[in-house]
Amino acid sequence: MSEPMDSGTPVLAASHVTKQFRVAGGHLTAVDDVSVEFHAGKVLAVVGESGSGKSTLARMLLRLMPVTSGTITYQGKDVTHIKGGELRSYWRDVQAVFQDPFASFNQFFTVGHTLRRGMGAEKLSEATLDALIETCLGYVGLKPGDAVHKYPHQLSGGQRQRVMIARALMMNPKVLLADEATSMLDASLRVSALNVLQDLRENLGLTVLFITHDIGQACYLADEVVVMEHGLVVERGVTDEVIFNPKHAYTKRLLSDVPDLKGSLKVRED
Amino acid sequence: MSGILMRASNVTAVYAADTGQDVPAVDNVTLEVPEGQILGLAGESGCGKTTLGNALAMIANPPLYVIAGKMAIDDHEIDLSTLAAGADQAHRPYRGATVSLLPQGAMNAISPTLRIRDLVVDVMRAHDKQTTKEDALDRASDRLKMLEMPTRVLDQYAHQLSGGMKQRMVTVVSTLLNPALLIADEPTSALDVSSQKALIEMLLAMVERKIMRGVIFITHDLPVLSMVTDRLAIMYAGKIVEAGPTEELVNHARHPYTSALLSSVLDPTEETRTKHVLGIPGSPPNLGNPPTGCRFHPRCSFAMPECSLKEPQFLHERDHSVACWWANDHAFETVPTEVNQA
Ligand SMILES: Nc1ncnc2c1ncn2[C@@H]1O[C@H](COP(=O)(O)OP(=O)(O)OP(=O)(O)O)[C@@H](O)[C@H]1O
Ligand code: SF4
Ligand SMILES: [Mg+2]
Repeated sequence: MSEPMDSGTPVLAASHVTKQFRVAGGHLTAVDDVSVEFHAGKVLAVVGESGSGKSTLARMLLRLMPVTSGTITYQGKDVTHIKGGELRSYWRDVQAVFQDPFASFNQFFTVGHTLRRGMGAEKLSEATLDALIETCLGYVGLKPGDAVHKYPHQLSGGQRQRVMIARALMMNPKVLLADEATSMLDASLRVSALNVLQDLRENLGLTVLFITHDIGQACYLADEVVVMEHGLVVERGVTDEVIFNPKHAYTKRLLSDVPDLKGSLKVRED
Repeated sequence: MSGILMRASNVTAVYAADTGQDVPAVDNVTLEVPEGQILGLAGESGCGKTTLGNALAMIANPPLYVIAGKMAIDDHEIDLSTLAAGADQAHRPYRGATVSLLPQGAMNAISPTLRIRDLVVDVMRAHDKQTTKEDALDRASDRLKMLEMPTRVLDQYAHQLSGGMKQRMVTVVSTLLNPALLIADEPTSALDVSSQKALIEMLLAMVERKIMRGVIFITHDLPVLSMVTDRLAIMYAGKIVEAGPTEELVNHARHPYTSALLSSVLDPTEETRTKHVLGIPGSPPNLGNPPTGCRFHPRCSFAMPECSLKEPQFLHERDHSVACWWANDHAFETVPTEVNQA
């Protein structure tokens, strides 16, 4: 799956994707006829509030959830219904990092063990595996000698999240999907995690799908922004356009509700 | 400025560890909340914010022990220590009624199959067993009307409410007894921006209507704090390192840690588009074995030789105080920011 692509073809695309859930008394359309394209080496942010359908879209792109209708294309090939070995190789290429770095760890395993287990199916020699772990921990700014012996509870939230990114990178993915991966972090840890993603995009040409409710993070990291509301894409474009010149009322409201560090200082009477 | 509502002095709280090595998560902290004001408490994850909130709300449970600390509030002088015999009995009358805590993650802790009205009755009865259902519900519905919130919510089950509405309800319920001080621990962190805004507006309305006379608002989210607070206290590794009026801190940080936290904030602005923020190198220390001198010194780009040797004492400049050797040498100067333009 590594033939070169011309820059016009998106690496990954969803076209006219819809997801409906059966609920008491009818259907709920969580994602409604959404089309998005991810281009090589770019960061695309999907921004929206809870219930906007952004995580459902992500799960369909990851092939963790079937689509109700629509098509998912990877490197020009329809992957909407692939199975077995084809699906496994898709899952190797498209990796994901989720919100809660604690939930995805087994408490009783060291970081080294967790990383090795993830590669169990790859049949690599010990030495190759060690070198790979070292490289990937290096990508996320962790010292391998320190980190591999640690248990999850001995790491800070930011460190755990970086280990998760390292685990995803060990598969040498083409696309990394981060679903609220930095939301639980403090501002300072968050910035370091975003810097890691930025470096990976620049140095490895990784394509990043960044899902967030925080428009400030999208502003820092993304090349393009897609805004979702109630399952629909209401606005899309290059980051500067969407954030500094929003057209849709929902985007404007999202932006105006963001507390601004200096602009919204509480007015004091005294 | 009107008087001081609450002043807590020299509060120290430790987690007793199995290994016998205690972890002082709050170390000799002094802070005050002026009458009618909202004090923000900020700092990185694990710096002791929740621990301090629990100590002040007198709900420290083992393995957490408050080993020292006094709180003056409302003509009461309370010994916060949980070690003295009968401390629990002594604290009981103040819990909920004088100081009420809205715990971190409270909205997820309520059972989805509980109706809000049941929660109201439970909370009122926990304080006073004689309260009738009718009295409790009347009080709650008056309160909701006062805050221009729909009273029908009382009849709904927790799982029927959106996250934002659930959090607002938990906030209303935890202030039904009109506590002098509300301590709200990360009340907005799990919410979308629009629900955050609604909660903040409600909280401001509650203070304005004197439902409570002061609030400690705990979060690591500085933009939220800048919107809602009058004063800020910044915590690092179990200690307060800087405190002052919010506007002053945000625009003229005197402590390098405050300054680093502030420059890590990502607002959706043109500046954020072009800047490369470095964040704070390294990670917060192990509180069981904190660095000597200034606890921030291993991560501070202003550190000088004395920083690792001597602990900086508080320097008071008008109503702004800071504990830092750099600040000591540079009276009234704002910490220069280190932002690399990409
Ligand atoms: N039960 C416990 N036993 C031992 N140590 C604990 C316990 N609970 C918390 N700690 C430690 O006490 C310190 C302070 O924790 P605390 O929860 O007060 O931090 P916080 O500032 O509220 O963090 P956050 O922003 O993540 O909520 C941390 O270093 C934590 O590891
Ligand atoms: S005392 Fe020294 S190390 Fe601590 S914050 Fe100030 S300059 Fe930095
Ligand atoms: Mg906390």
